[in-house]
Amino acid sequence: MQTDQTNHFRRLAWIWFIATAILTPIVIFVLGPGLPPGNGTVQAAGQVTDNIVLMALSVPVAMAVLVTLAYEIWAFRERDLDGPVLEGPAITGNSSIQMWWLIITTSLVLFLAGFGSVRLLEDGSGGGQGPSPLVNPAGSKKALQVQVIAQQWEFTYRYPGYGGIETPNLVIPANTMVEFHVTSLDVVHSFWAYQLGVKADANPGIDNIAYVKTKAPMSFEVHCAELCGVWHGYMFDAGRVVSKADFATWIAKAQKTYGPAAKSLPPYSKTYFPSPVGRGG
Amino acid sequence: MTATANAPAPHAQRRGVLGFNLLTAVILGVAGYWIAYALGGLIHGASIDSFDDTGQNDVQILLGYAGGVVGFLVGLGFANYPIKRTLGHPPNIPTHEVDEPGIGKYFRMTTDHKVISMQYFIGIGIFFFVGGLNAMLIRTELLSPTTHVFGANQYLTLVGMHGSMMMGMMTSGMLGPFANYLVPLLIGSRRMAFPRIEALTFWMLMAAGCVLVSTIFFGGFQTGWTGYEPLGAQGTAGYDAYLGFFALVSISMCLLGLNLAATIVTMRAPGMTWSRLPVFVWSVLATCVLMVLAAPMLTATLLMGVMDRTMYSGFFVPGLGGSAFLWENLFWVFGHPEVYVLAIPGFGIVLELLPVFARKPLWGYRLSVAGMMGVALFSFFVWQHHLFVSGIDADLRPFYMLSTEIISLPTGFTFLCVMGTLWRGRIRLTVPMLFCLAWAFNFLFGGISGVFNSDVPSDVTTHGSFFVMAHFHYTIMGGLIFSLFAAIYYWGPKMTGYKFSERLGKIHFWTMFISFNSTFGPLFAVGFLGMPRRVITYPMNLKALNDWVSISAFCLGLSLLFFLWILVKAVVFDREPAEQNPWHSKSIEWQLPTPIPAYDFAQIPTFSGDPYPYGEIAGGAAAGGSEPATVGAS
Repeated sequence: MQTDQTNHFRRLAWIWFIATAILTPIVIFVLGPGLPPGNGTVQAAGQVTDNIVLMALSVPVAMAVLVTLAYEIWAFRERDLDGPVLEGPAITGNSSIQMWWLIITTSLVLFLAGFGSVRLLEDGSGGGQGPSPLVNPAGSKKALQVQVIAQQWEFTYRYPGYGGIETPNLVIPANTMVEFHVTSLDVVHSFWAYQLGVKADANPGIDNIAYVKTKAPMSFEVHCAELCGVWHGYMFDAGRVVSKADFATWIAKAQKTYGPAAKSLPPYSKTYFPSPVGRGG
Repeated sequence: MTATANAPAPHAQRRGVLGFNLLTAVILGVAGYWIAYALGGLIHGASIDSFDDTGQNDVQILLGYAGGVVGFLVGLGFANYPIKRTLGHPPNIPTHEVDEPGIGKYFRMTTDHKVISMQYFIGIGIFFFVGGLNAMLIRTELLSPTTHVFGANQYLTLVGMHGSMMMGMMTSGMLGPFANYLVPLLIGSRRMAFPRIEALTFWMLMAAGCVLVSTIFFGGFQTGWTGYEPLGAQGTAGYDAYLGFFALVSISMCLLGLNLAATIVTMRAPGMTWSRLPVFVWSVLATCVLMVLAAPMLTATLLMGVMDRTMYSGFFVPGLGGSAFLWENLFWVFGHPEVYVLAIPGFGIVLELLPVFARKPLWGYRLSVAGMMGVALFSFFVWQHHLFVSGIDADLRPFYMLSTEIISLPTGFTFLCVMGTLWRGRIRLTVPMLFCLAWAFNFLFGGISGVFNSDVPSDVTTHGSFFVMAHFHYTIMGGLIFSLFAAIYYWGPKMTGYKFSERLGKIHFWTMFISFNSTFGPLFAVGFLGMPRRVITYPMNLKALNDWVSISAFCLGLSLLFFLWILVKAVVFDREPAEQNPWHSKSIEWQLPTPIPAYDFAQIPTFSGDPYPYGEIAGGAAAGGSEPATVGAS
């Protein structure tokens, strides 16, 4: 067998370097700003940052594998399959490559876990944290409390700071820290306000807390993100982030509209223990 | 002892239509169902049901399933041996597999591991077809956000059946046909450690599949394959079918794992040391660890679900003092190892085939074994990443983030071994090789998207969305199914004895590869844009993407049907005998005649040297030396 003198490894390294150098900026600057869930709240923007960092780190890794595979298929491919079966070199491993692979991937993984944890502990990232949150972002002491009550198959919202009224639509003020208390009356649901970057499972008998710091006024969608029965697909509605002045007007009006009904509701509580027959509503 | 020594003639049980075979089994199964159903009615009044007003009696139906399965297995002859031994008769079982012409053997309980693997192949193939059909119907419904083909309940039942079928039946999708066939051959054994348990795992799985399909007669189930409680407690008796199905699957899984592990540990031929074990056998062993340890967890969970529905034990019903978190925890303690039960055999197949088609030894044998074992062990410590936003143990999220990301290290070993094995090889792009390379491509994207799901801030958006769905279809369909097809095209000629068309195989590969990526690639975007999973309706702005996905999915379905045609054409119409060793493999199964005789080896082989003696050492001589000492027909 004639020895192949080409330095495949160096050639491959260059291709990888060029591909990564071209693609990474594209991912960061072109694709990145469009990544979900957008710039609606502090938490949502934080998730976008995470997505950009993960995407940017994925590029060199994916390119390392894809470029290598493509190069190998191109360079080492047997073009005459009908001819005699020729053997490749009997290489069974390379301990220094294995060591470097282990070092690089381990550092990447440890960095990602550290990065993710720091990001999570900064502001809670809008995720449900259970009844006693580990992460209380700055300003959470004075946060506006909103309870999200999920039941088959709708969300309703209670404002304990405003007489415990229950409204069918979610309206929250801009530039405010909001503390969602998510609970369910029957089965497991999940409160997903996409543009707010909030997702918290609604469990019967559990108070699941999620924080979000709103920015400018906007409208957002709310979906149920956990299969909750037949009409799960229809369990969605829309909410609004409005200016503080508009919120004051809205809540005053809502107190007039829903205040009388609130008197016949069960008193505000962190959880509403569901009835044994299981079906709420 | 003399009675045992003078063993009766092999296969003394009756062979006719009225013997112990599939027909008898179906008859006894139906009878068993109705007898147990009637018994259930006596135990428990038919109208009592605490959770809903369906008028269905869960006790009757669950007992009916149990009775039906017992009748089915008795009809197949699984009770013969224990009954005979209990009554003091000699064990009337063959000591020696004999070649038996005809297709009758495929409809009976058998102890020949090669026949059982073919049964698995056809049986799981049928249910894979049903699961695939469900997927096609789901995509038909999602063609439009407003026009509906199915009712909401029908749609969710389709979703649940598709998920359960694929996640339940396909756990044995690789091990059933290929580990049963190959493990004894590769380690130089003539049989599995427990041949009748091997048969039992198969027939139990078939009974399980029928139980799942029967859900459509009982109102279906609305919970998806994860079966979250307390939604399950509300369900009609269709949810009983889900519980019965997974209970049977979990028992079958556990037994299959025990059997394969016992075979690998105890039945290796002389010279088959641990460091000579083919890497596919290592992958099977890693999978067995998962199956044996994780599957009983599911059995217990389902038993609790059954008790909730029949005895009102209230484990998962908050109103009765139970907890919805309990189900989520128990289910995912099983559920996460389970997805690696699907993935790891794929690693093994790819690493086993690459040396043959790159004409090189496996690069980094020890590293690849460490990778698969590492994935198997780490997979027990990551389950709460399914519950990042559930509110359960939120303080542990950094730990589960770390453990989940660590699992990418051993997975990365597999990729390094793939790239290393191809390096400077003489790569032969045959159909099995194309599927192996596609595995690497698909699993790469599956793995990278998994990092997004493991990162809590990113997961807040992607959790429960189509992003997750695309992620696990890339790892399972793109990983398991592609490597499964590599295995089918590679070992199919040896198993069936007929040649498969290379040209048609390439058409199948390219259509499947392109339509697969065209189906699931856009679903990452659909998830990122905010579409939750398992919904029957979605925002209008996602219609274009969903239509694209649906049409690609139909192409994917057609491509799989095209494979069915290739298979039928090769085995039924063309019947062109396969060569003994078309791939010039140096592995032991290819040194045996095609088809492999019933008793496998004339003499137990002796192994020596490297399991992958491919490639040329600088001097020029082939690095041989591991040809089994004696291999031949009986």
